[in-house]
Amino acid sequence: MQSGRILGASLVAATVVLGACGGGGMDGVHADAAQAVYVPPGEHDEFYAFLSGGFNGQISAYGLPSGRLLRIVPVFSQHAENGWGYSEETKAMLETSWGFIPWDDAHHPQLSRTNGVADGRWIFINANNTPRVARIDLSTFETDEILEIPNSAGNHASPFLTANTEYLIASTRFSVPIPQRDVPIAEYRDNFRGTISFIRADRPGAMDVAFQIVVPGYNYDLSHAGKGPSHGWAFLTTYNTEQAHTLLELNASRRDKDFVAAVNWQRAEACIAEGRGQATPTRYRHNHMNSETRIAESVERRSVLVLDPANCSDMMYFLPTPKSPHGVDVDPSGEYIVAGGKLATVIPVHSFSRMLEAIANQRFDTVIQGIPVLNYEAVIAGEVENPGLGPLHTEFDGRGNAYTTAFLSSEIVKWRLGTWDVVDRIPVYYSVGHLMIPGGDGTEPWGRYLLALNKITKDRYLPTGPELAHAAQLIDITGDRMRLLLDFPTVGEPHYGQAIPADRIVARQRQIYRLDENQHPEATLSEARTRVERRGNRIHVFMTTIRSHFAPDNIEGIRVGDTVYFHITNLEQDWDIPHGFAMMGATNSELLLMPGETRTLLWTPTRVGVYPFYCTDFCSALHQEMQGYVRVSARGADVPLRWGTGGELRSR
Amino acid sequence: MRHSNLFFLAVFILGCGGDAPESGLQTPHAAAPAELSPDQLEHGIGPISSLTLAAVDPALAERGHTSFEMKCMSCHRLDERYVGPPLGDVTVRRSPQFIMNMILNPQEMSERHPEIRALVAEYMLVMPQQNLDQSEARAILEYLRSPSQ
Repeated sequence: MQSGRILGASLVAATVVLGACGGGGMDGVHADAAQAVYVPPGEHDEFYAFLSGGFNGQISAYGLPSGRLLRIVPVFSQHAENGWGYSEETKAMLETSWGFIPWDDAHHPQLSRTNGVADGRWIFINANNTPRVARIDLSTFETDEILEIPNSAGNHASPFLTANTEYLIASTRFSVPIPQRDVPIAEYRDNFRGTISFIRADRPGAMDVAFQIVVPGYNYDLSHAGKGPSHGWAFLTTYNTEQAHTLLELNASRRDKDFVAAVNWQRAEACIAEGRGQATPTRYRHNHMNSETRIAESVERRSVLVLDPANCSDMMYFLPTPKSPHGVDVDPSGEYIVAGGKLATVIPVHSFSRMLEAIANQRFDTVIQGIPVLNYEAVIAGEVENPGLGPLHTEFDGRGNAYTTAFLSSEIVKWRLGTWDVVDRIPVYYSVGHLMIPGGDGTEPWGRYLLALNKITKDRYLPTGPELAHAAQLIDITGDRMRLLLDFPTVGEPHYGQAIPADRIVARQRQIYRLDENQHPEATLSEARTRVERRGNRIHVFMTTIRSHFAPDNIEGIRVGDTVYFHITNLEQDWDIPHGFAMMGATNSELLLMPGETRTLLWTPTRVGVYPFYCTDFCSALHQEMQGYVRVSARGADVPLRWGTGGELRSR
Repeated sequence: MRHSNLFFLAVFILGCGGDAPESGLQTPHAAAPAELSPDQLEHGIGPISSLTLAAVDPALAERGHTSFEMKCMSCHRLDERYVGPPLGDVTVRRSPQFIMNMILNPQEMSERHPEIRALVAEYMLVMPQQNLDQSEARAILEYLRSPSQ
């Protein structure tokens, strides 16, 4: 044991040294990298990092610099770990106008912000496939609200927040017929449109689409809001201005330039206030976790305000931008708008002040559907030469440096704002998409670290068959040269991320749900009130848990053909004392109950017999004793309904 | 980084010394029962050091009854052993301060007070911290000392 520890430490050191000296061009790994990311047992990380899970539809919270996984927060997908989307209270969160959807694809977490700085209240994220946005409350790490977005398809340029969380901006990746109708695909140009939705985001429980701007039928890819002088504007990349509808990899790559769209959303607000929006019938869902009952409610909404740029002059402009731009990132000062032209050989940087001048001087090349196209030379601030192959996304350290990912050449390129000179580059493993610097998309980056969010893992870890975890790589950006510190596997695809100093989240943590605030209509707030009720074929079990028993734990009189609702209240009031509940043969899932919480499991017994239930979350020394039995009788049997714990069964 | 010295120190200690130092971050670990003063032995360990009782206040006792049903009676009955000991005569057996300290500080009481350590051994369970505040604990005490309970 003792020698093992010493050997382990030596191995770490040896590995680091090997990595630095010989490891196949692993530039940037230093001998002190292990110490730089080491957080001793019992100590906490400096930052929370929130990474999307991509195709798993969730968010994962990690500590930085250690890379330790803290928790998976379920959002758009059912989550077996805690019953999200399985329990009766949470099913409604996954309702859409299409019905219940158990699994989506989530890409871009965005922390709520005040004056362009993340404030730790909430984090938002998009569902790509069936367009939705979600708000997660960071006092509980629970998804509180999900809003479906009508007139959208492929909600990729989403959700990007304005500087004070006034709006969450969400756009269609796929243009589609709006409103949807039965038309030939080949008539794309005539019928297909995009939308840019402005969603009111700063009122919990009242998220709604404030208005949508209907835009030409391109693909809208990514977005960022302005800040400082450019506050009040939103910027979005477009590609496929060719308006191809098949074989886009060829047909959407023909033009020399596509556009960055600049939208003056304060001007749009004024047009809406003047009544220039058109109320348009549609159907979409708003789902919200009631904070008192902690039961999700899903409501259908049937109208949305749509604004046509032709009816709102001076609201929207196109900035020509080379070769299918992907990311669009605004520097901390709000002056520079950096576009990652994924097929371009340079990184174009537009100037906000030059853009305003060009608008004032009407430096328009043309006008498309009421949207002026500005002259490229009139808006460009500079071009970064030799930025790597396939530049995608840029973030900032607040010290005049920008960092851009290059997907094809698998590297991060560091360059100077203003001179546009590349000053450093570091390889990453492999095929980096987004990158994330704590606060690096805001007005006051915390800097220190850069996290490369990689698409392909290959040989980085011990192999696990054809399917591998994705990877994130932590890079120290405090010095002149970037230094690779850590490489860790992630849950799902770490598509994009956000990070924030830990104290901004720790300060608002909730430890329990208070029993005396529990307004769940089926809550059982005392063991004295536990009972079983028959209402026709429906059985309602009002059950409590505490270390280490269920009440009731013996139930008789249930019959095949009944539908049983276990309404279980965890009477614990101490932090980190959840109980679990599993019923043999339940085709739904298990429950996990936080202290003071009520959750409901639906069970349809199908076989005569006596079946156990038990606590699934190791709660105490007597956890293995935390169990019960349900007796299931045949259809029509006359076994009376009775229940109890620790004594005679009772019937009332 | 700031943890570098700690890292090597920890490795050194783990590698050579055997017993790792306890972090001691969360809970005060068991100290010898002998350290308790006579006052702690009689009145328990916790925030309540002195308490003067008047005649039973029925309204306060009723509030205590409500809290008792929500947070205590899953494990405690008045007249019979259940998950924990019966509490019908607890005000005869224990001082009022002791009862409130046990409600408010069950973890430390279970680790340090010899009589509670003995109960933990007998019942095989540490009484859960139910996050009651002092006014709730006081109301439960009133309920337990009221003749109507």
